[in-house]
Amino acid sequence: MAELCDLLAEAMGHSLPVGKVVLIGDCVETSGAFVLHLLLKRCLSLDSSFVVFVALSHPFSHYDRILRKMGCNLSAQKKNGNLHFLELLDFSARSKENSVDDGFCKLYNEIRKSVEAARSKDTKASCVYIMIDDISLLEIAADGSENDVLNFLHYCSTLTSETDCSLIILNHEDVYSSEDAPRLLAHLQHLSDIEIRAAPLNTGLAADVHGQLTVINKGLLNDDRRSGRRIWNFQFKVKENSVEFFYPGSQH
Amino acid sequence: MATGGGQQARPTRPSSFSRVSSSSFSPASSSSTSTSLPPGVRIGANGAAFVSSGIPDLDRILGGGFLVRSVVMVMEDADAPHHLLLLRNFMSQGIVHGQSVLFAGPTKEPRSFLGTLPSPVVQKEGLKIKHDVSDVQDKEKGLRIAWQYKKYFGELTAVDSHNRDKKQEYSSDFDLRKPLERQLLNSQNIECISTQDAFDLSKLQNHCLTFVSKLSLKDGINSNAGRIAIQSLCAPQCGYFEKDWDMLSFIRSLRATVQSSNAVAVITFPASVLSNSISKRWQHLADTLLSVRAIPDEDKDLAKLLTGYQDMLGFLHVHKVAQFNSQVPVILDASTYSLKLQKRKSLVLERLNQAPVEGSSGVSYATSGSCSSSKGSLLDF
Repeated sequence: MAELCDLLAEAMGHSLPVGKVVLIGDCVETSGAFVLHLLLKRCLSLDSSFVVFVALSHPFSHYDRILRKMGCNLSAQKKNGNLHFLELLDFSARSKENSVDDGFCKLYNEIRKSVEAARSKDTKASCVYIMIDDISLLEIAADGSENDVLNFLHYCSTLTSETDCSLIILNHEDVYSSEDAPRLLAHLQHLSDIEIRAAPLNTGLAADVHGQLTVINKGLLNDDRRSGRRIWNFQFKVKENSVEFFYPGSQH
Repeated sequence: MATGGGQQARPTRPSSFSRVSSSSFSPASSSSTSTSLPPGVRIGANGAAFVSSGIPDLDRILGGGFLVRSVVMVMEDADAPHHLLLLRNFMSQGIVHGQSVLFAGPTKEPRSFLGTLPSPVVQKEGLKIKHDVSDVQDKEKGLRIAWQYKKYFGELTAVDSHNRDKKQEYSSDFDLRKPLERQLLNSQNIECISTQDAFDLSKLQNHCLTFVSKLSLKDGINSNAGRIAIQSLCAPQCGYFEKDWDMLSFIRSLRATVQSSNAVAVITFPASVLSNSISKRWQHLADTLLSVRAIPDEDKDLAKLLTGYQDMLGFLHVHKVAQFNSQVPVILDASTYSLKLQKRKSLVLERLNQAPVEGSSGVSYATSGSCSSSKGSLLDF
């Protein structure tokens, strides 16, 4: 595809991940949401794909408007059954009858049912993606219980290996880098096959370059990559309808 | 469970709450006159609705004002109460426009805070200024103004560039020496709540929900905008202070509430009393993030570094600016501004100007916007 030849696609192996866990990290200064939007668009652009989007941060209209500017109609995809959008702005895992654990159980079961339904349809979805925006809000929904969030994530990642679907997570890394024991971050980094980190430039703000992206691709069994390269670092500029990726100094 | 939220442990929302597909302030296709908008609301780029922050300079910096349906957070400085200046102007602007205001503060009598709200300045010399500025603009073409004095002309043109009428409707200049008229404060749609002895945040959360539901009673058209102002949400004297996750939960639910109504929430909080990681979580929850910093009284280094140092009250730093339905980050020319009192009564924000340096020290100086100074880490020009 013409689209999949930019630096981000190259770093991710020239194809969208199958059965992998992708971790997108960002910070207060530089938001990584644009990566999620771009991946969402690319996933939905495939011939038969299915996406479960767990939205804890923004309502559907927000994503709809943004993706529309990028040329992807989320409402239509939802109607066609290619997108299952879970709007959980005030999701609280703990409720009067249930404990946090049960709350996450229900959420996981819903995701699993939806993924399995997609796999077993007549027009079998070849690629299934689960996207979560974002983990820090899951922690708030869990009242700070790291263990429950980790359990939930572990279940989701086993789902990826069982049903060949991919998990794409947005996480605010700077929350954990200031902690003494960043357990959740360490687990996420261990679980993930591809890490994409958005960070500000060392030199500060700039109108033409919005930040830098570091991609760590841990995929070992990739035959067509000759050099076995693992780490990419390049800069980006976010536009309304696309994102430009370029090496420092080579933006035209 | 596709739309409409998940399980609710929190009190259920009132049924008049309805999901509006786009900003309910977006003008009708045929008649987009300003009269169809409720008072104090302006439509900007992308169909985004803004309300004024009460400080015209801040509105300009943020690209229109505070975005409706967003949460603005202000990180306080433990040394100085400058965040109260922002809160006061924000609340006064809402009262002047007849918008509903909900205020929560960590004192026994939050109502007394209303007595400190400023009153709008009465505009008299409007015509005169207009005349002067057009002269100046003609002259400026032939003159090359030294960079140091450009800021004075910049201020004058800014005053004129606003359409006189519109400016008085949308954003007022407030006189900090004059308190707001009593009769405005006795209005029914101003609520005050104390957070000091609150054991948990459920009461405040309920208040916010009912406040917001009252805004949308007139289904869709012309529903009034609302302002929620919360002072020092994580102040140590609040009963719920130790409960980090409860506070985060409250902010998240407030965010969800505000996102589906015509309200703006401004929350100030002393970031220094929170742990680093919890403070970062708070910062991530904000749509617009500002911080205020006090200026040390007799800092000789800063006095040498900046012009007009003596008049400055403090610094305002803009960390994040909310964007409506867009993924493009807002990059400002300058993100740190100085807070000053103009004529001892109105609050203005000015870009920082580095003072010319003695020849021998060799530090290059430039107009505000980009430079590295000896205190580069503190100030971001």
